[in-house]
Amino acid sequence: MSVLLALLVAVPLLAAVLPLFLAPWNRRVARGVVLAALLAQIALAGGLAWRVLTGGATTYVIGAIPASFGIGLAGDRLTAVLVVLVALAGLGAYLVGGIDRGPAGSLWLLLVAGLTGVVVTADVFNLYVFLEISGLAAYALVASARDVDAAVAAFTYLLVGTVGATLYLLGVGYVFVATGTLAMADIAVALPTVGYDSTLVIAGFVLMAVGLSVKLALFPLHSWKPAAYASAPPAVAAMLAALGSTVAGYALLRLTYGVFGVAFLGAVPTVQVLLVVGGLVSVVAGGVLALRATDVRRLLAYSSVSQFGLFAVGLALATPLAVAGALVTLVGHAVAKGGLFVAAGALARAGDLRTLDDYAGLGRRAPVVAGAIALLGTSLVGLPPTVGFAGKYLLALGGLEQGSALGLLSAGIVVLSTLLSLAYVGRLVERLYLGSPPGATPTESESATDRREGADAATDGGVSPSADGGVSDTDADASQAGGDDGVDPISPATPALVVLVVAAVLVLALGLGSSALTDWLAPVVEGWL
Amino acid sequence: MSSLPFGVDLWAAHVAYVLLVGIGLFVLINDDDLVKKVIGLNIFQTGVFLFFVTSAYRVGAQPPLVTGEGPFASPLPQVLILTAIVVGVAVTAVALALIVRIYGEYGTLREDVIRQLREEGR
Repeated sequence: MSVLLALLVAVPLLAAVLPLFLAPWNRRVARGVVLAALLAQIALAGGLAWRVLTGGATTYVIGAIPASFGIGLAGDRLTAVLVVLVALAGLGAYLVGGIDRGPAGSLWLLLVAGLTGVVVTADVFNLYVFLEISGLAAYALVASARDVDAAVAAFTYLLVGTVGATLYLLGVGYVFVATGTLAMADIAVALPTVGYDSTLVIAGFVLMAVGLSVKLALFPLHSWKPAAYASAPPAVAAMLAALGSTVAGYALLRLTYGVFGVAFLGAVPTVQVLLVVGGLVSVVAGGVLALRATDVRRLLAYSSVSQFGLFAVGLALATPLAVAGALVTLVGHAVAKGGLFVAAGALARAGDLRTLDDYAGLGRRAPVVAGAIALLGTSLVGLPPTVGFAGKYLLALGGLEQGSALGLLSAGIVVLSTLLSLAYVGRLVERLYLGSPPGATPTESESATDRREGADAATDGGVSPSADGGVSDTDADASQAGGDDGVDPISPATPALVVLVVAAVLVLALGLGSSALTDWLAPVVEGWL
Repeated sequence: MSSLPFGVDLWAAHVAYVLLVGIGLFVLINDDDLVKKVIGLNIFQTGVFLFFVTSAYRVGAQPPLVTGEGPFASPLPQVLILTAIVVGVAVTAVALALIVRIYGEYGTLREDVIRQLREEGR
């Protein structure tokens, strides 16, 4: 019994009431309340991690009503990782700023409470409720951008997201009818007696998995994602990109292994095949769509579709290595994609840079941001020493180790995903460092001569024939030449820069310490398989 | 478990639930009017809610009051659906708020017209 589990949901949920009333009165106080709640959340998450490390997995039931009737919460090592991730991303993305207008602070805390709730709940119905709490907060936050595109994107997101959540609810209904209980632990006990191949059980699992796949945005259920992420305020896009789908992925993993169990996958191998095929389609479609994207945030959103396809493959394989790989991919993707969206948002705000062409030459204009983007992109591709490499390595190894046709296919998918992500990340990095900035004259030599002429004119003073025109030309040329040489830097806001650097460091640290991460998660994975 | 019968005597209720889910999804996907899309979403959700309520049914059951005599209808699905209805209302409210904003910008509720306006705006 650890009351920390209840507090993790209760603190942000109750604190969410305050900014709503404080913001119209004093925006700085409201912001302070949100920051205090987010810091408290980090402390609680750290406390849970410590509790799990010293005392093993823990549970809590609200009001001491038995978990089979009441509200049960559970925490193990995996839960702790996700809870810490939610708390850190919640604070990090909030610091990026831009969401202290009106009730946005309240929505932010509701989002954190909902995501944390999905992670700690031990009840399939409460999972639905938390999914909807986080979903509703996300729809409203996406729409809080002033742009009307955001309202249209949020509306689509709402329709698709609600259908997904309701399909999940329908699956819960089937499982409830089959087993008579909603508590995850009780369902796991009851399922063998009902029979894994019972139509109700299979229908229940498929509906739940499809519902969560909508939140995961596996192809072809991804249509809401690019528009929502591209038009949301920067902080919201970063938070959702880091955790919106990640938490749904965690829920799918927990359902598959913690509730239905590996014996279910053994009894119904079709589910495994469907997951691998769904993953393969997502990897390919997401990668190709990312290659065709011109808006950087759309590119990143499509890249998520591809990455979660990889996650689904690892989830389906059901070997300890592959599941560990899926988990490392999940965590690594969350950090990398969150950081990339912070960068994209900061650049959009600082210099209205949105498309790939806008990013040309940024390596000189904003070296820190460009370096961080390149590093985080490297993690998406899966090159050492980043965490993306660790995840893909484990996934491929898991596929090869299993040795079956499905396993070999999965290893092939990992390689394919690496090639595709190399292509689209390569496009981005190439623009950053090798592209010439927009506004520069088409050919490099021509602009160089122009500049030399301008400089000559400047040294000549007013001697040149058209003195007046010559001077203004010189000014224009000089400023343009300055842009080429990095005298016209883009300077994003400091908080965003700090968060970005932290994300980049985390990606490296998780990559170098990936064995520590897998060791930390090993008891959970071994308990499942 | 056998305490929750899922027998053929409920077939009519199940046909109704499947029809509602199907009709709701069809309207949601097929109709161009944003408000009708939300109505479709509501019908879809209501279908699922009715499925839950159906699962609480028992032949000859009494309302689940402590003072009454059994057998009782299962109260749990009904409590769950009370929660789900609240969630559904919240979703509808947010959806309608978004529609108000979209209408304020484009002056129309039709998705195809909005799409056209957006393409022209580019």
